[in-house]
Amino acid sequence: MSTILNFTGTLLKNLVSKPVTKNYPEEPAVYPERSRGHIVIDVDQCISCGLCVRSCPPRCIKVDKNEGTWTINRFDCIACGYCASKCPKKCLSLVPGYQKPGRSKAAVTYKKSAEVMEAERKKAEEMAQRKAAAVKAAGEKKAAAQTGGQAAGAAAQVQAAQAQAAAPVKAPSENQ
Amino acid sequence: MGKVSVVPFGPQHPVLPEPIHLDLVLEDEKVIEAVPSIGFVHRGLESLIVKKDYNEMVYVAERTCGICSFGHGMGYVEAVEKIMNVEIPARARYLRTIWMELSRMHSHLLWLGLLADAFGYESLFYHCWRIREQVLDMIEESTGGRVIFSVNKVGGVMKDIDAQMLGRFVEKLGDVEEQICAIRKNFLGDRTVQMRLCGVGVLTKKQAHDLGCAGPFGRASGIATDMRIRGYGAYADLDFEPIIRTDGDSYARCACRIDELLQSIDLIRQAAAKIPAGDLSVPVKGNPDGEYFMRIEQPRGEAVYYVKGSGKPYLNRLRIRTPTFANLAGLCETLKGADYADVPILVLTIDPCISCTER
Repeated sequence: MSTILNFTGTLLKNLVSKPVTKNYPEEPAVYPERSRGHIVIDVDQCISCGLCVRSCPPRCIKVDKNEGTWTINRFDCIACGYCASKCPKKCLSLVPGYQKPGRSKAAVTYKKSAEVMEAERKKAEEMAQRKAAAVKAAGEKKAAAQTGGQAAGAAAQVQAAQAQAAAPVKAPSENQ
Repeated sequence: MGKVSVVPFGPQHPVLPEPIHLDLVLEDEKVIEAVPSIGFVHRGLESLIVKKDYNEMVYVAERTCGICSFGHGMGYVEAVEKIMNVEIPARARYLRTIWMELSRMHSHLLWLGLLADAFGYESLFYHCWRIREQVLDMIEESTGGRVIFSVNKVGGVMKDIDAQMLGRFVEKLGDVEEQICAIRKNFLGDRTVQMRLCGVGVLTKKQAHDLGCAGPFGRASGIATDMRIRGYGAYADLDFEPIIRTDGDSYARCACRIDELLQSIDLIRQAAAKIPAGDLSVPVKGNPDGEYFMRIEQPRGEAVYYVKGSGKPYLNRLRIRTPTFANLAGLCETLKGADYADVPILVLTIDPCISCTER
């Protein structure tokens, strides 16, 4: 008998209390701060290293370094956050808000801005030039050492000394 | 002797959203034998171990099941940590224990709702799930996911529950405890429920032992099997006794799970009082080389994780034995001699997780 009355109490309480459910979508859902909804990228910070591509369990991320793009198939993403934890530049983050449904599993591509691409291109060129210079210097040094070993002439020794003197001048530029 | 006929149960059945097929051999209205067949949702999770490195595999392991996901992640991670001799910080151990108990609560409340639905108490079903929602809110607030937590990593945990949040949770669990005590009366004191559950599907202690039953299903038959007393996580520091019932019927299984809900609240309170300050994780270097056999207590019973590595980032073998797999033999035994109308309830009382079993 007591259990019947107990249940009746719950029933009466339910009749007068507000509904526990929300009238979604009229009333927007409130997500907690830590909610793992979807991944966002600050694409201009991205260095296209590809660590996120290799770490992603469902393999839903693609990175194209030449095009400067970062592509994600959000329908395959499991929002685990492993890519965000691996990112060396911390440009990936998980934010609240779930993926909206769609008719096809379309991937979304994010492209770096023109300025960032231009700056990166310049930097890459500069790096290539430095590398070429370093290779050239190393080649000269090697050639000079060989000539120095073969010919015992004073002129060759002078040349070798010059090459050796030139090398330390170029070496710091590599570090810059 | 009456006419013998075979009636199929499942793979699609209103009482259970998961695919299990039982061939029920009936003599009039009595089941004389039940032949199970599974394999409808096999996903080949264990073969992924050779394609994903051991850190990535954490996310795969916890997707073994949608309800006890945290336990699967924890079992796998602790096995890898044991191989690599990683001692995780005490705070991480406590946090894992708190999340594990929250996970147990949401699983048991889900099961209680399904049971209420199976014996025709729909409003009680809604009521159980309303209580469960409060637990899910706590899980979402602390981990960011409602059922997939993704907070474990080899070497510790990734997110913290600060003192303020933990205090709020403990306070909220006080409310939840009151609500659970109220529905406890409805489940255990109601005459209609007793008529549906008492003496239905009795499994004796010897039968349960011989068939290797795990979790609340085995404990309801009087077997003191609870892997938490092995003391993994922070369970060694907490004071608790496995909840045992001796009747071995469906009512005992229901009572066992309701009492475990209250036990989980008590364990979270104890852990919240004792949790030490400190780091959340330790850095891990190298690759796992060796093998380990980890046994943990999932909401549904004992789960086993066998992990073998050979010093490479990709492990050689991951074997998961889920509690439902262990309990299927016991289920077929309880079905023998049962009324045909009781079959859905009996299938439910082992708390079946078929997708979990098929991995």
